[in-house]
Amino acid sequence: MAGRKSTAKSNTSKDDLLAYYREMLLIRRFEEKAGQLYGMGLIGGFCHLYIGQEAVVVGLEAAAEEGDKRITSYRDHGHMLACGMDPKGVMAELTGREGGYSKGKGGSMHMFSKEKHFYGGHGIVGAQVPLGAGLAFADKYKDNKRVTFAYFGDGAANQGQVYETFNMAALWKLPVIFVIENNQYAMGTAQRRSTSTPDLHTRGEAFGISGEVVDGMDVLAVKAAGERAVAQCRAGQGPYILEVMTYRYRGHSMSDPAKYRTREEVQKMREERDAIEHVRELLLQGKHASDDDLKTIDREIKAVVNAAAEFAKESPEPAEAELWTDIYA
Amino acid sequence: MATEILMPALSPTMEEGKLAKWLVKEGDSVSSGQILAEIETDKATMEFEAVDEGIVGRILVAEGTEGVKVNTPIAVLVEEGESADAAPAATPAASTSAPPAATPAKAPAPAAAAPAAPAPAADRSPDWPEGTAMKTMTVREALREAMAEEMRRDDDVYLMGEEVGEYQGAYKISQGLLDEFGERRVIDTPITEHGFTGIAVGSAMAGLRPIVEFMTFNFAMQAIDQIINSAAKTLYMSGGQMGAPIVFRGPNGAAARVGAQHSQDYAAWYAQIPGLKVVQPYSAADAKGLLKTAIRDANPVIFLENEILYGRSFEVPELEDFTIPFGKARVWREGSDVTLVSFGIGMVHTLEAADKLAAEGISAEVIDLRTLRPIDYDTVIASVMKTNRCVTVEEGFPVCSIGNHLSAYIMTHAFDHLDAPVLNCTGKDVPMPYAANLEKLALITSDEVVAAVKQVTYR
Repeated sequence: MAGRKSTAKSNTSKDDLLAYYREMLLIRRFEEKAGQLYGMGLIGGFCHLYIGQEAVVVGLEAAAEEGDKRITSYRDHGHMLACGMDPKGVMAELTGREGGYSKGKGGSMHMFSKEKHFYGGHGIVGAQVPLGAGLAFADKYKDNKRVTFAYFGDGAANQGQVYETFNMAALWKLPVIFVIENNQYAMGTAQRRSTSTPDLHTRGEAFGISGEVVDGMDVLAVKAAGERAVAQCRAGQGPYILEVMTYRYRGHSMSDPAKYRTREEVQKMREERDAIEHVRELLLQGKHASDDDLKTIDREIKAVVNAAAEFAKESPEPAEAELWTDIYA
Repeated sequence: MATEILMPALSPTMEEGKLAKWLVKEGDSVSSGQILAEIETDKATMEFEAVDEGIVGRILVAEGTEGVKVNTPIAVLVEEGESADAAPAATPAASTSAPPAATPAKAPAPAAAAPAAPAPAADRSPDWPEGTAMKTMTVREALREAMAEEMRRDDDVYLMGEEVGEYQGAYKISQGLLDEFGERRVIDTPITEHGFTGIAVGSAMAGLRPIVEFMTFNFAMQAIDQIINSAAKTLYMSGGQMGAPIVFRGPNGAAARVGAQHSQDYAAWYAQIPGLKVVQPYSAADAKGLLKTAIRDANPVIFLENEILYGRSFEVPELEDFTIPFGKARVWREGSDVTLVSFGIGMVHTLEAADKLAAEGISAEVIDLRTLRPIDYDTVIASVMKTNRCVTVEEGFPVCSIGNHLSAYIMTHAFDHLDAPVLNCTGKDVPMPYAANLEKLALITSDEVVAAVKQVTYR
């Protein structure tokens, strides 16, 4: 990606910018803390961090309305924080404790919130795509004008069920936005090594689904694209594809040695295209906030994340009897 | 304040690792994200990043050290002008990661063998009141009635599948439903099992109550990930917040001369999965009563039908709202010499065998399990305690069959009551052949059941 170009819209208010800054920072600090807790052995199994991709979910949540649904893969911490789920409950799920969103029974990859219309948290690559269309199917069935954001990665974009879903979503005009978070690597395989045609946003053309490519390191661009997609879906015109170009700074999971890309590539992204730095600059340049104001926010976020980590350490492990609950409704 | 940098866990299974190389030295300033060291795990060599900023006050573990346990302090990070000695004394790593003790289990433990236990109280109550008016109906009609009644009752119930609408059902189970309920609720899908199953499961997570018809259960293998990983496990993974009230139904098992890819009984496959309920009816009354129960159930239900049974007629009670609970077997025939346990199409061979045995003076008790998850163990055990012998009958493959499971259960719970080993009659351990004579050999027959009974009764 080229160097940053300013996308500050005159209609983006100071309050909005500050909110995006705060939300993206929360995700980043939360994920850094999660990485730390993983290193301490407090989080087990697989843990996929969202660092670098924060603008995607924050921008799209800014385009969503109350009652809209979202569903994603196993790289799900950012989505949960962005839709308003409690960092304490998310972190406690990562540590496998009673206070977690799934009482410790789901873990990092399998978390849900009925209250926030977050439908997971799915560990099978691509499985969330038809499920997401199914959520939209239910909304259309109920005629309630809600839309669903179905997130998946560039890796999942090669799964067959994605195209089965594109076909039916277009055929039945389902109100679903397919968000392809293109972070350029499917685990350790670069997109050019796995994908015959690079433009994933055109993958819906065969089914009559429009798509566009979006700069995923620019929260304002993401929000604007999200609003276009939402408008089409809510108007009953069927699905829409957003290919959001983004980048994850960390490995695929915690145990990724990252030999498939250079240190310089990652460093360049961080230095030139970081989504949080972008908003920080807009805030400072526009005189919407001073350095001190932003430091205050940093401190507040750090406190929230530390409180979440404390809660996640203090919350007890689930009672052993929980082994046998929630198998049947 | 000085902070210790601990040996990190860098994979799900790592307990110790080699500190291969330090990339910083004492006195260096480091920033968040900077690589501090290379660490060899059980999987790979990993770069280890700083999470805080500060100055490397002291390096505690020299590079090249092997077998460094996770959570061992490996360095001390200090702030500007601070001495490394300000670092807190190394504490045992376990104290930071040990979670508070959980409350003791009150979970159901695996039942211990209880040979002296009295026979369990089997529920042998009739499925409908005595004197209820009956009508003759095919299994096909019973299934259609069940769906139509439940769709009238609840607008959230819809039917989705290949050829369920305009074609009126590949096996005519959904005949007339499109006319009555319209395209919103009777939905023809493209031939795309993986996709439409996922869509149906998603809609169930959002509160609808889909009935998914598979043209045959062989095709459901395309969709089995969505059935198991998405439908069956979500309630548990969400800590009870959301599940999938959904019915997967369609013909299962061998039809006639359709070969290996269209002739498999999936009973044992699905019955293994916690989170699913599994039904395999034999009679029309059971097909109707159990399908209505399945549609009302809040969990994913696998409903295994049989093409050969679709056209068979049975007596069905004429009741306004007739349901049959899951987990209740039906005793088709009382007997004293041997217990025959079967389900679905297996009942055809079992009842036929019981007639042949009666003619030879052997009295067989015949139990139709009807549901395979949950299984009505009590009815089986009570019967075995009476007859002291048991033969199971099913069409599926022999390895890890329902009969294998029942044998183990009976051995555990009624060992001292057995006068002979439990025998399992199953389909043969071969893909289904096409040739008529070979297909016949591959399937279970009543003669094989008779032979097994003679073996366990030592005749």
